Amino acid sequence: MRKDQTLGAYLFSQGVSRRGFLKFCSATASLMALPPTMVGRVAAALENARRPSVIWLSFQECTGCTESLTRSHAPTVESLIFDAISLDYHHTLQAAAGHGAEAAREAAMEENAGEYLLVVDGSIPIGNPAYSTIAGISNLDMLKESAANAAAIIAVGTCAAYGGIPHANPNPTGAVSVSDIIKDKPIINVSGCPPIPVVITGVLAHFLTFGSIPELDELGRPKAFFGQSIHDRCYRRPFYERGQFAKSFDDEGARQGWCLYELGCKGPTTYNACATLKWNEGTSFPIGSGHGCIGCSEPDFWDKGSFYRPIAAGLWGSRDALLGAAAAGAAIGIGTALAARSKKKRANAAKETEST
Amino acid sequence: MTLLDFARGPALQWSMIILVAGVLWRLGGTILINAKKDLSKARKEHAVADGLKTIATRSLPAHQFEKNIRFQHFSGYAWHIALFVSVLFFAPHILFFESVLGFGWPSLPNSIILITAAIALAILFALLIRRATHPVQRIISNADDYISILVVIAPLITGILAFAHLGARYETLLAVHLLSVEALFVWFPFGKLMHTALTFPSRYQAGSSYGRKGVRA
Repeated sequence: MRKDQTLGAYLFSQGVSRRGFLKFCSATASLMALPPTMVGRVAAALENARRPSVIWLSFQECTGCTESLTRSHAPTVESLIFDAISLDYHHTLQAAAGHGAEAAREAAMEENAGEYLLVVDGSIPIGNPAYSTIAGISNLDMLKESAANAAAIIAVGTCAAYGGIPHANPNPTGAVSVSDIIKDKPIINVSGCPPIPVVITGVLAHFLTFGSIPELDELGRPKAFFGQSIHDRCYRRPFYERGQFAKSFDDEGARQGWCLYELGCKGPTTYNACATLKWNEGTSFPIGSGHGCIGCSEPDFWDKGSFYRPIAAGLWGSRDALLGAAAAGAAIGIGTALAARSKKKRANAAKETEST
Repeated sequence: MTLLDFARGPALQWSMIILVAGVLWRLGGTILINAKKDLSKARKEHAVADGLKTIATRSLPAHQFEKNIRFQHFSGYAWHIALFVSVLFFAPHILFFESVLGFGWPSLPNSIILITAAIALAILFALLIRRATHPVQRIISNADDYISILVVIAPLITGILAFAHLGARYETLLAVHLLSVEALFVWFPFGKLMHTALTFPSRYQAGSSYGRKGVRA
């Protein structure tokens, strides 16, 4: 795709019909909770949009986010839009290496100053910059440098959004999120481990259409995708209401598709679009495959106890503390009673002595 | 740490430590302090049967007062049964008990629990209004009564709101519900809620004491 080619021209050249394109625009508008009257604006904006320059920085991550976005399923309009952006820098996907790669990043930053989108996946180690460097540049310095002239930042995946697994206790590298470091740029958190591919294309579509970031929740995530909990949209919800729970992963309840709440499902406290958009061309999602939600789109999901501990079970330490409290309480109670008895005995003795 | 993590973690742990220590402190002190000397020869040396009988007989109203206390009697029973069903047979509650006790039991459907919780809440409100307006009850009520009712009403209201996802995000409602239960745990040993642990021992004590004296309890 040529740099001056519009997005619409590129999509049509790739065999996307106008009908298919408008269907995508309608679906995107609907996904982003925009009114039907906005479909035309979305279509016009996307059709005429020039390729936005995107710089993608990968820090402390596992490449799962990139895998999710690029290998999710057969090419669709969503993936073509992803192809259509001018991805000027991405370790995993770019052909260039070494100084050439860094030169591409610097050139893109200079040419598109104030207009490029910065996508970050992975957390940033601040305990010691040497834990993760690229071309001798620490992740912290590269993030600060690349963010300085970015139009907006998309933190892709829970590591970039909230620190994720590197941030998990005991956080040996001192990992932090993008928003812990950058305070003066709009940041969109597309959390998930990994995030759903269509969410990132939806965010891109919104940015191309309106030139702004979508409405976000208090954790910086697009409300259109993270506005409802997995539990609220789960197809197993009726079983929860009826009190029908799978007790193990291979019992009759599990085979009947009953609710996985007792097996530790974190659906009630997890906000994401997995239950509605699903994965692999809308085929399924973890709960559909018989495993509870692990809450991967929430901050500190790795440190909220076992994935298999029900939400209602609490995260308290151990029974030993309660046994200790029981012993201490009983000892104080018995001690107080014995002291009172002894006091009474002494008082009675004194009374008897007085009377004699 | 989020509010829910705090409610599920340290707040829960400390409130339970206070609950367990406080209850055993008061139980131990109350049971052992009762060592009055007999002033005359006991009619019965061991009045265990009288004590046990009194536990059962005092579960019914005395004939003389039956008419006067009918409302309190039945509303009291209905309230306690509705509360126990709501607390003991809601699936998430059972999971909580299981995490503490190491064993669980079958749950009831959520729709039934919602009804019992609503009944418990309605009765408690009615009893609260009666306590505040009835001339005699108002005089004999003190701060302990109202605090004890408050710490029981709060978990019922927050529990129903969390169940219905009303007013805030679920994790916030759940955290507030847990914190209200933890407030109950902390107040429990030091206020009139302690009757939960003391009702049967005190009935037994009264029955056996009367039995030793040869008085029908």
